[in-house]
Amino acid sequence: MSCTVSMTVNGKTVSREVEERTLLVAFLREHLGLTGTHVGCDTSQCGACVVHVDGRSVKSCTTLAIQADGATVTTIEGLAAADGTLHPMQAAFREHHGLQCGFCTPGMVMSAVDLVRENPNPTEADIREGLEGNICRCTGYHNIVKAVKAGADAMQGAQAAPVAAE
Amino acid sequence: MANPNGIGASVRRREDQRFLTGRGNYTDDFKRPNMTHAVHVRSPYAHARVLGIDPADALAMPGVVAVLTGADMEADKVGSLPCGWQIHSKDGSPMKEPPHYPLARDRVRYVGDAVAVVIAETREQARDAAEMVVVDYEELPAVGSSTRAIDGAATLVHDDAPGNVCYDWHLGDKAAVDAAFAQAAHVARIDLVNQRLVPNAMEPRAALGEYDASSGEYTLTTTSQNPHVIRLLMGAFVLGIPEHKLRVVAPDVGGGFGSKIFHYGEEAVVTWAARKIGRPVKWTADRSESFLTDAHGRDHVSHAEMAMDADGNFLALRVSTLANMGAYLSTFAPSIPTYLYATLLAGQYKTPAIYAEVKAVFTNTSPVDAYRGAGRPEACYLIERLVDVAAGVMGMDKTEIRRRNFVPADAMPYQTPVALQYDTGDFAKNLDIALPLVDYPGFQQRRAESKARGKLRGIGFATYIEACGIAPSNVAGALGARAGLYECAEVRFHPTGSVTVFTGSHSHGQGHETTFAQIVAERFGVPIENVEIVHGDTNKIPFGMGTYGSRSLAVGGSALVKAMDKVERKAKKIAAHMLEAAETDIEVKDGRFTVAGTDKSLGIGDIALQAYVPHNFPLDELEPGLDEQAFYDPKNFTYPNGCHVCELEIDPDTGVTTIVNFAAVDDFGNVINPLIVEGQVHGGLVQGIGQALYENCVYDEESGQLVTGSYMDYCMPRADDVPSFTVRYHEDQPCTHNPLGVKGCGEAGTIGAAAAVMNAVVDALSDYGITHMDMPATPEKVWRTIRDATPALAAE
Repeated sequence: MSCTVSMTVNGKTVSREVEERTLLVAFLREHLGLTGTHVGCDTSQCGACVVHVDGRSVKSCTTLAIQADGATVTTIEGLAAADGTLHPMQAAFREHHGLQCGFCTPGMVMSAVDLVRENPNPTEADIREGLEGNICRCTGYHNIVKAVKAGADAMQGAQAAPVAAE
Repeated sequence: MANPNGIGASVRRREDQRFLTGRGNYTDDFKRPNMTHAVHVRSPYAHARVLGIDPADALAMPGVVAVLTGADMEADKVGSLPCGWQIHSKDGSPMKEPPHYPLARDRVRYVGDAVAVVIAETREQARDAAEMVVVDYEELPAVGSSTRAIDGAATLVHDDAPGNVCYDWHLGDKAAVDAAFAQAAHVARIDLVNQRLVPNAMEPRAALGEYDASSGEYTLTTTSQNPHVIRLLMGAFVLGIPEHKLRVVAPDVGGGFGSKIFHYGEEAVVTWAARKIGRPVKWTADRSESFLTDAHGRDHVSHAEMAMDADGNFLALRVSTLANMGAYLSTFAPSIPTYLYATLLAGQYKTPAIYAEVKAVFTNTSPVDAYRGAGRPEACYLIERLVDVAAGVMGMDKTEIRRRNFVPADAMPYQTPVALQYDTGDFAKNLDIALPLVDYPGFQQRRAESKARGKLRGIGFATYIEACGIAPSNVAGALGARAGLYECAEVRFHPTGSVTVFTGSHSHGQGHETTFAQIVAERFGVPIENVEIVHGDTNKIPFGMGTYGSRSLAVGGSALVKAMDKVERKAKKIAAHMLEAAETDIEVKDGRFTVAGTDKSLGIGDIALQAYVPHNFPLDELEPGLDEQAFYDPKNFTYPNGCHVCELEIDPDTGVTTIVNFAAVDDFGNVINPLIVEGQVHGGLVQGIGQALYENCVYDEESGQLVTGSYMDYCMPRADDVPSFTVRYHEDQPCTHNPLGVKGCGEAGTIGAAAAVMNAVVDALSDYGITHMDMPATPEKVWRTIRDATPALAAE
């Protein structure tokens, strides 16, 4: 059985006819060609597939595309500014060498952004607990934790800057 | 440092931009016109005869293009997956090397062994149809572990491997070791298991096969650490495709850790099938398939003994190891428990006599091959656990017994009794740097404070030395390697002075696009932005042995230097011609070519332009162009070494272990990019900690079923399981035999960490009289061990 699914992905409205069983991650990767979102496991454990649905981090491998019908979805491709300027969290991952092979990175960054949204000043323990649903095999997490802390500070700074200018 | 982005600078990685914005190109990201999807039909039994395969129901399913089996491959004369290393047993006989077909023919030998492939328009359709392939199996008794394999009554995994033995090998001087034991004042003994692990690169394996009927050319895009080796093995031995008609591309690869070195059957299946059906065929493993079919690591059962004199000096080491090869020989499997394990059993110690026996056996489990460290973590774990036991036997401090037995720095180069010659290393210095990082003198007080809180605190040391960049080729060949182990690089200056480097090394997280560019920027004074590093494509790169065994910088980087030497020699000739000077008068510094004693000089960019637009080169002496290629064959292994210290606390009520401090001091020779090197160490440490505390690949001994087949059952270390680290390195002992003075850094963390953690766990439990515990020290195991060691608790 097929169905029509419509949503806003990275600011663009999209609509596709898909099988009902189509997962959100397959919708993004196969139907929209947004291959930045990865599939690293089949038990909803690794977090490589994390995207934002209506601003909240979601494992897109465990979400049906139809569940996101009408939603606003942001993937890693949509995180940087339109002019290509990296999101502060992306920039922090680069600065602190928070990635190696890059495969877990999109999910890790998307989780980190949502983590900071919920907790703007996370401690190291908060960050480690908050990223418990994202597995990285390369970095040993050490530099990811540093990057998320720096990214959180930068996100705070980015929000504070206009206020300071007033 | 002449160049801000040169050697020694923590240059931020150039590859990160694409990875951070979702623009990486991993194998599963590729789509081709008219592409089909493959799903393998895999054996649910560990051991069975295949009596028949009926594809009719599957073929009737929507979207199904083909169902292909081992019989189809046999009809097309597809060969067996070759093994790249041959070991000879003690009696001189060659190892047993049974065939390993990409699709099994009449018998399956492990759960996950592929018997057929279903190809359909979509992945979902292929998956649905794979469920409908009817395979008639006659189940056979299974051999689920190495210890069962050598039980006299065990079923034979391969009929032509009696006793399930692949080889029974040894190294060292048995008579000298026996004589030393006869004289020993003290002997330390240990029995231990180095458990099986699943490498678990985060990107599952994938392969995309294409065939162009008009040109007869095949292309395989695959998750590989060494595409040229795959081309050679698959082209020459499996599918019979000559190199000029076979392109193998390893694009962005999401981690390897060894598991993507090997030539896997799926690569041959999609390449062969692409021609058979006349369309591109893509296969991507799901994680369950990765657990079942990626080559696993470790899986040793060992007994070891150390003979000592009255003062705790090591006299001799005797080791006996049973190594599990799994159901078939993976590409490098036989070399791991032999030349990458037994040769490292001297460790950092001057033990004068060593004898090791290694029996490798077949079982009905996934093949076992190199996993990060590959033999060396097994050696380090065995030695360092045994040294801690020896300290207990002698009543000596654990640092003191190590110090007493270290090979002294002034004994370098040092010939070990097990074949290797260490070129450099100052082991006492590593320890001297490490001890203040963990405040060793304050440990007993911290231990007492923990005890007052009802907690058990332990500290553990591990010193390691490893052999990286398997070399030299003539020695590797004498030891059974069926190929030399050199590396290739090409440095191409373009007319306007930018540079493309083609390297046979492959980056799948290591950051070569940055570090290799730093080496070029440093040498020629060019902006790093003007240097492009190309890797992972057999149509672009002359040849390559790929990336494994921490060889990329030491071997691939050295090839790069050799190619740059050639470029510089050529550029010097061109400069001499342009400046109308004698070549011998040209001085070169940071990419400027100056006539000695004058202000006449040219930059490399000026020379590059002239190289491509010459009008008056003396053609007998000087060819146009500035593009040089080099092959570098190392003279020796490199020997990274270090000292890792772990301090941890155990809650005896729950068995939960918490690492409170972990310091790693390493000697990697010269360091090109400290940021990247430290990142390699962090990642390695967590894989070692993962083995010590969390990870365990379990097969049911009776049925051969994989019990830990997902992340729900196989415990991967997560962010909240591990600490931040104190990492130090020193550059006082550069490698003496490669031009960069570099050693390997990719595997060090994994090699030292497991031993350091387990020595700390046992130290924490020492008040209970516990002297050993096998990995992983899970909360349940720790809790049970404490309980069993405490008569009052055990009686409850």
